[in-house]
Amino acid sequence: MTQIIDRRLNGKNKNAVNRQRFIKRFRQQIKQAVAEAVAERSITDIDQGERINIPSKDTAEPVFRHGAGGRREIVQPGNQEFVVGDTFPRPKTGQKKGGSNAGNSGESTDEFVFQLSREEFLEFFFEDLALPDLVKTQLTKIHEHKWVRAGYTVQGVPTNINVIRSLRGALARRIALRNPRERQLEEAEERLHALQQSPDADDPVTARMIRELEDEIVALKRHIEAVPFIDEFDLRYNNRIKQPKPITQAVMFCLMDVSGSMTQERKDIAKRFFILLYLFLIRNYEHIDVVFIRHHTTAKEVDEQEFFYSRESGGTVVSSALELMYEIIAKRYPSHEWNIYAAQASDGDNWDDDTENCRDLLMGKIMPLLQYYAYIEIHDRDDKRLWQEYKTVQAAYGNFAMQRIESVEDIYPVFRELFKKRADG
Amino acid sequence: MADYISTCSDWTFELIDRYDQEIGRVARNYGLDTYPNQIEIISAEQMMDAYSSIGMPVGYNHWTYGKKFLEYEHSYRRGHMGLAYEIVINSDPCIVYLMEENTMTMQALVIAHAAYGHNSFFKNNYLFQTWTSADAIIDYLLFAKNYVAECEQRYGVEEVELMLDSCHALMNYGVDRYKRPSRLSAQQEISRQKEREAYLQSQVNDLWRTLPVRKTEKRKKNAKPFPAEPQENLLYFIEKNAPLLEPWQREIVRIVRKIAQYFYPQRQTQVMNEGWACFWHYTLLNTLYDEGLVNESFMFEFLQSHTNVIAQPPFNNKHFSGINPYALGFSMMQDVKRISQQPTAEDHEWFPDIAGGDWRENLDFAMRNFKDESFIAQYLSPKLIRDLKLFAVLDDDRRDEYEISAIHNNKGYQHLRQALVDQYNLGSQEPDIQVYNVNLRGDRSLTLRHTQYNRRPLGDTAPEVLKHLKRLWQFPVRLETVDQKGNVSLLHEIK
Repeated sequence: MTQIIDRRLNGKNKNAVNRQRFIKRFRQQIKQAVAEAVAERSITDIDQGERINIPSKDTAEPVFRHGAGGRREIVQPGNQEFVVGDTFPRPKTGQKKGGSNAGNSGESTDEFVFQLSREEFLEFFFEDLALPDLVKTQLTKIHEHKWVRAGYTVQGVPTNINVIRSLRGALARRIALRNPRERQLEEAEERLHALQQSPDADDPVTARMIRELEDEIVALKRHIEAVPFIDEFDLRYNNRIKQPKPITQAVMFCLMDVSGSMTQERKDIAKRFFILLYLFLIRNYEHIDVVFIRHHTTAKEVDEQEFFYSRESGGTVVSSALELMYEIIAKRYPSHEWNIYAAQASDGDNWDDDTENCRDLLMGKIMPLLQYYAYIEIHDRDDKRLWQEYKTVQAAYGNFAMQRIESVEDIYPVFRELFKKRADG
Repeated sequence: MADYISTCSDWTFELIDRYDQEIGRVARNYGLDTYPNQIEIISAEQMMDAYSSIGMPVGYNHWTYGKKFLEYEHSYRRGHMGLAYEIVINSDPCIVYLMEENTMTMQALVIAHAAYGHNSFFKNNYLFQTWTSADAIIDYLLFAKNYVAECEQRYGVEEVELMLDSCHALMNYGVDRYKRPSRLSAQQEISRQKEREAYLQSQVNDLWRTLPVRKTEKRKKNAKPFPAEPQENLLYFIEKNAPLLEPWQREIVRIVRKIAQYFYPQRQTQVMNEGWACFWHYTLLNTLYDEGLVNESFMFEFLQSHTNVIAQPPFNNKHFSGINPYALGFSMMQDVKRISQQPTAEDHEWFPDIAGGDWRENLDFAMRNFKDESFIAQYLSPKLIRDLKLFAVLDDDRRDEYEISAIHNNKGYQHLRQALVDQYNLGSQEPDIQVYNVNLRGDRSLTLRHTQYNRRPLGDTAPEVLKHLKRLWQFPVRLETVDQKGNVSLLHEIK
């Protein structure tokens, strides 16, 4: 009577639709939580899911129920010393359960907590950045192999049949299988003809030979006809194989001006900018080092925490950071072993005398070593000297990108070239 | 030694089949009457799926199921919660889910518990027999899923979602408590659904006819109140009478109402249902052990999870979270058996009908003819009250202190029994709210009346629920409360 069914293989992710519905419904709250998470996270941790808290009053499903008050009697197990008539004070309001067990349920019920997957998290992260869809998928997907052509195989799926190869093979096979028989056939026909023409054709010996030859001709013709036009054996399929992507390493330099004019808000925009470059790099390189250099009048290599959250004041000498970067490259990241990327965020201020230094440093020393240099200037005023000098760098080097930014959606254009290149490949 | 069905903890399909045959054989010997079983092996993720759609094997899509899933997934991943070992569906054939992570012993336990315990309860308890149609539920759920999906395509996901939100808020008030509902049949549902649409709409239109009254008709000063009597099934009332709902919206109200009705017996028989299933997995597997079909290590593993399931921590324990229905149900079933087999003088006095009788007959009778409240009222014995050390706390908002109103002694038995019955009476656990009046000639407002039970007020969610009601009714809705002296006061109004 009993039927046993293995359901493990079907119906996976049956709840995916409901999950999507939930996320859609609480889009605003989740977005808020993601924004907070981005602010708190380290750049190198961006590529993960996230625990999201939503106030549970928002997700509640209201039903009619009794409130506190009135008269109620509750039966409990495990009496130890109570006798009828014992009284004890009512627990503070807000605890609903009777008896002395009130409020021991453990976890707080004020918040609805759940886990956002990595893809979902990145989707929310990308939302404001105005990334093209292609780039989004590119960043979200994890590539480890790519498919390359590798000649032809004798097995495959019908869509991969290579027609020219298959027919060429068929033709060769037909020629190879038919030719010897055709030659024999020709000879046999010639001999038959000769025998039929000969005077002693009525001789019983000759007559027998003629009959034998005729049989042979029939058999040969049957053989030739039996060679098929195309055989399964002839089919050739395009072959593709997975090839692992070359393992490479990259170093990413984050340069930021931390002089007094860089507010926390500007730093947050800068952080998004660095994150985006980082996300691009982890898609393409096996191993990534991140170096943080901050500068005002002097530059210093720091850890991420200090990079984003400590404040300094004073003037600005951009070349100090460039110089430090050059030193670090020379010391630790030889350019034949490392792919070097640099991202610089600034509000565009610089000592006037220093600006030309920067240009010379970049053009003369640094740019030849780099894969890509991305520069953002976070302010809304007119061009500054640094911007103009950098323009000349941009004119000379195709891998130098710059953009003036007012809000986060302006970030992407800086990387447009970078992503375009990868999208082609 | 060679007779053991299995000796290692890994399960195989052959072993599951073998266990099922043996357990089924023993169950039939004990006279258990069941639907045929359909045992399905699923993964942990699928178990969470099934869990979050309240055990419905096919369900329409709604964000709340996604929310439940996320909730379970979160606590499962963090180790706060083990997954349920089993889910069983009240259907014919009875669908039992086994999780692939379980050991062989656990699978056997679940087979005994769900495929024979719950299954026979579903088939024979009077509530389930009267209120649910096991052979039609899967088809109906499928119909509901497809219908909702179709509505989403036609009218938009958002529209349908709002509708479902509002219906869910009133789901507990979508059941007939006394009137038997018509049988579910998917075939008829589909064929009659169109008919019903047209008919319903015409009925509603008639009720709300706005044409001037003909002169020949006498205008009555005091038109009859509508509804003539208060209605307890709010969703039914809305489906039939809400003035502006589209036919598809009425159908959705109906779907939610039907599903609520299907689950209503389960909400009323939690203690009995689980107690019955626990009693039988315990009895069946012990019988297998007595027959030499399972070994000691099997029994140790089984008993360990069995004792976990039926553990009842005392009220002052940090793991306490109310009375464990498994523990109460199992103890009561065991107690009925004990009273039948080894009655004491006390039992003879309290249970003259069953003391010393045939335990199988007595249990069978109890399983068939009761629900939680009546089962406790009938069978909770003084001995069990003593064993569980039950006591009652009186919480009266007119007094500053809690008072112990009864403990497990001679004076207290009846009192405790009655208090516990009340605790399992859905009628007193849920606020009593009924449709009282519709202003047909005026602003078309709908008035609900809440009749207070022991002066208990409504919770603070009431205004929210009323908003949902307003969305369905689309004209002003009002909620009044009636205290014990019969004074009526207005609680909320949404215009």
